[in-house]
Amino acid sequence: MTTMEVSAALRGKRSFGSRLSTYIYLRPNLLLSLLLGPPLLWMVVIYLGSLAALLINSFYSLDDYTGLVVRQFTLKTYAQLFTPANIDIVTRTVGMAIAVTLAAALLAFPLAYFIARYASPRLKGWLYLAVLLPLWSSYLVRVYAWKLILAKEGILSWTIAQMGLSQALQFLLDLPAIGGPSLSLSPIGIFIVFLYVWLPYMILPIQAALERVPKSLIEASGDLGARPGQTFRRIILPLAFPGVVAGSIFTFSLTMGDFIVPASLGNSSFFIGQAVLSHQGTSGNLPLAAAFTMVPIVIMIVYLLIARKLGAFDAL
Amino acid sequence: MRYKMRNTVSDQASLPLKVAATAALLFLHIPVWIILLYAFTTDEATYSFPPPGFTTRWFSVALERQDFWTALGLSLRVAGVATMAALLLGSLAAAAVYRSKFFGRETISVLLVLPLALPGIVTGIALRSAISIGEIPFSFWTIVLGHATFCMVVVYNNVLARLRRFGRSLIEASMDLGANGFQTFRYVMLPHLATALLAGGMLAFALSFDEVIVTTFTAGQQMTLPIWIFSQLTRPRDRPVTNVVAVFVILLTFIPILIAHRLTRDAGGTHL
Repeated sequence: MTTMEVSAALRGKRSFGSRLSTYIYLRPNLLLSLLLGPPLLWMVVIYLGSLAALLINSFYSLDDYTGLVVRQFTLKTYAQLFTPANIDIVTRTVGMAIAVTLAAALLAFPLAYFIARYASPRLKGWLYLAVLLPLWSSYLVRVYAWKLILAKEGILSWTIAQMGLSQALQFLLDLPAIGGPSLSLSPIGIFIVFLYVWLPYMILPIQAALERVPKSLIEASGDLGARPGQTFRRIILPLAFPGVVAGSIFTFSLTMGDFIVPASLGNSSFFIGQAVLSHQGTSGNLPLAAAFTMVPIVIMIVYLLIARKLGAFDAL
Repeated sequence: MRYKMRNTVSDQASLPLKVAATAALLFLHIPVWIILLYAFTTDEATYSFPPPGFTTRWFSVALERQDFWTALGLSLRVAGVATMAALLLGSLAAAAVYRSKFFGRETISVLLVLPLALPGIVTGIALRSAISIGEIPFSFWTIVLGHATFCMVVVYNNVLARLRRFGRSLIEASMDLGANGFQTFRYVMLPHLATALLAGGMLAFALSFDEVIVTTFTAGQQMTLPIWIFSQLTRPRDRPVTNVVAVFVILLTFIPILIAHRLTRDAGGTHL
């Protein structure tokens, strides 16, 4: 009996479920489209569709007299981006993103290094959770915590006063570019909070990259006469660098697109996120908001291209 | 021997490293403890430290606030529906990627990660543009649409990681023993995937429950709990109530994260 005959003989006795299952099993492409269809359709229609809508909107413009969006192709809206005020917003945001990224790398590295190299398996599990928990838990509440801490009458000012350093704080707050009336209303405050909320995103990729450094390589380096410092600089650091770049993608991108932190702690100088929010909201100028969003998108594309050159994607 | 000792990287962390690592860890965790402290302060107008006194009365005040309950209800419903959609769509995508090689397979992964990798504001304003062009009124569903889009990848990652640890031989054995595709799915694959689905679902729920940036653009006048908190951040009116709500939100997001972590601890960890 051939296979065909067996299946023909069995067909009569089999349930509808079995027959359907066999029918699908024999047609891999049908199964694939059944599996892939719904999520792909969702992503293409809703997500890519929205991105297309964003692009289209950025080529519309706002009629200054009626306050209505004119649905006609124009580059006028993009031209509005290049005012000194808007360029100011972009440089402020990018500068903050760079500062936060560098500081996060410096602060994250020792902890990542400790977790990867020295922690016992049990401790490693706990530390991993200690990094993961803030990453997943409420981002808004964690920003709110700093509102309490940085307030003029709050715990940080109190601690600084107890240490007799109030004058040093005042000096810092009097600095022109980064100061402000209090820590909770200054770029310093924004910087601290950004550093705090995005730090876990930097720790995890660095730790992952360090975990992959073979122990034998470090031992070989020592055997060949390198001092621990040399081994660290010439073996460990270059191998961990892609991890740092991978982490920096997150810290950089998240800082660029955020409006919660500067809106909660900043003064009246806007960041890109706030500009987008206010253009689409109060002034109803959705085209300008859309055009403004192209700035972080373009910067991120350039950043990702550089990151790929530096090997960051293998470290993700 | 001395020479040798000096040249080998030791198994003990140096003191400066320990100090730096501890400092980073404390920086990550102390702020949340401070909120717990403030939930009990008697001070209602400022954030003064040290608190002038302690009271538990703000908890009952917060519980009587109708705006809090409305916002919480909306957030829970959005997170519930978005998680369900993400579970379904994310698992389907993971199964497709695991099961077969097809043209553009890598692109699918990138496409799914994109809503989380790009700044949230991009997803937000993109959805807002689509809503505007399509002249769709803001509703419960516009919020869910956005949330499901970025929650999908969490489920996808967790399920795909679990599937990759799952030998194909088990599926083949099940089929050889006469089970059809549905039975194999029900009795072989589903039990194996259950904890990954639960973990992915928990994380998706936590992600949605907490989301504010995309929601700002898709909610219109509706108030989710994060939007309520954000309004208190920019214009503090009810400080004591906000402190209590903050503690509540911390507890409500910690629980699913801890459960998800436990569920996947023995199977390669949770996946972002």
